[in-house]
Amino acid sequence: MLAVGKRVDDRGLNDFREMKLEIGPIERACGSALINLGKTKVMVGVKVEEGEPFPDTPDEGVLTVNAELVPLASPSFEPGPPNENAIELARVVDRGIRESKAIDLKQLCVQPRKKVFVVFVDVYVLDHDGNLIDASSIASLAALLNAKINEYEVENGEVVYRPELKTLPIQNHPVAVTLAKIGKSLVVDPSLDEEQVMSARLTVVSDKDGRICAMQKGGVEVLSIEEVKQGVAIALSKAPEVRFKIMEAVQT
Amino acid sequence: MKVGVLDKADGSAYVEQGKNRILIAVYGPREAHPKHIALPHRAVLRCRYHMAPFSTPERKSPAPSRREQELSKVIREALEPAVLSEYYPRTTIDLFIEVLQSDGGTRCAGITGASLALADAGIPMRGLVAATAVGKIAGQIALDLSDAEDKQGEADMPVAIMPKSNVVTLIQMDGGLTHEEFERGFDIAVKTCHTIHEQQKAVLKERYLAIKEEVEEKSEPAKGEEE
Repeated sequence: MLAVGKRVDDRGLNDFREMKLEIGPIERACGSALINLGKTKVMVGVKVEEGEPFPDTPDEGVLTVNAELVPLASPSFEPGPPNENAIELARVVDRGIRESKAIDLKQLCVQPRKKVFVVFVDVYVLDHDGNLIDASSIASLAALLNAKINEYEVENGEVVYRPELKTLPIQNHPVAVTLAKIGKSLVVDPSLDEEQVMSARLTVVSDKDGRICAMQKGGVEVLSIEEVKQGVAIALSKAPEVRFKIMEAVQT
Repeated sequence: MKVGVLDKADGSAYVEQGKNRILIAVYGPREAHPKHIALPHRAVLRCRYHMAPFSTPERKSPAPSRREQELSKVIREALEPAVLSEYYPRTTIDLFIEVLQSDGGTRCAGITGASLALADAGIPMRGLVAATAVGKIAGQIALDLSDAEDKQGEADMPVAIMPKSNVVTLIQMDGGLTHEEFERGFDIAVKTCHTIHEQQKAVLKERYLAIKEEVEEKSEPAKGEEE
């Protein structure tokens, strides 16, 4: 079937599933987004709190990404601390945001070495029908773009908030595109059925200037040298259209 | 690189590369424990990548960090294609990678050493796995960044391949690379993995020659008795 360019759900090899983004569904969060990528549902909430900077970056805010594979999302998810799949998911999303310098962390410094803002990005997988990495990364970017914090002033090292809101200093828009290798074909945005038969997977995160900012291979089998190069080229060509959809959703 | 450095392990290897000091042990194939993790058609490969508390400039908590858990997973996936696990159903093969001192590129050195340790344990494989990282520092593509270079550098891309069949078993990247830089760096990494593969083969050959000599020495007096 794949050999003639068809997929189980009638998509072309390089097509994403239908994507629906709901922006700001959680009012208690600073920013939030719910993505429907086909039947995959992921919610991302962004919270911003005061905290301490890392000693090696005393004048930068802190970014923390955590992912929960909530048990209600799949029969294979179990309650408990994040397993290696959840950790990998969080870390790939984290790398995309961090390495593309999507957030200008310098602007989130209140007092060097003492106090900065910590941006918590919590990825909550609600329904698992494949390609959690792309869904989570898209929803995370949307939630960050949506996030607002109170204006503030610093008085004697204390943060005094004002009622007006402002957005987070977002300066880049990383987009993850994941390809699965099934047989001899590479397919974009694998569904769960496809993930169950794939031999390997390649995620490429690129920024708004078309630079690659993170990659991750997964799966227990191999990719040929050519497949890696081809995968990177496909991912780079698909990212702008995904980014366009995110920006469109965030702006309306 | 050295193999057969530990007494109790079924296979072991030690890798020194710059300031990196990494010890690897393989136990198995052995009975799966707990039993329910066993698979009826193949061995289960388990991998723990761990850094010693004294391996980094500042003490690292001995509890496994998220980074170590992710690396354990990707290292396992980088080696799994090489291991002929279907030969040992219902068993586990346990791989322990202890980073005693780290200086950048420990996952790659760990993979390179781990495939040697697997070979040392006599586990049949489709081929060795060799790994290296390319990075970008001060706008230049460079091979195998040290820790300090990685922190300043603009990108880091670890790559593992099975040189015999020339297929990629691990690729990761963080930082910023253009499409052209990626292609150039990737080609350099693949080429370097082939060079590392030659070194791996030499290390194994040396070990087997040593064992052969040892066996011959021991068997000589035995022959004398028969006569």
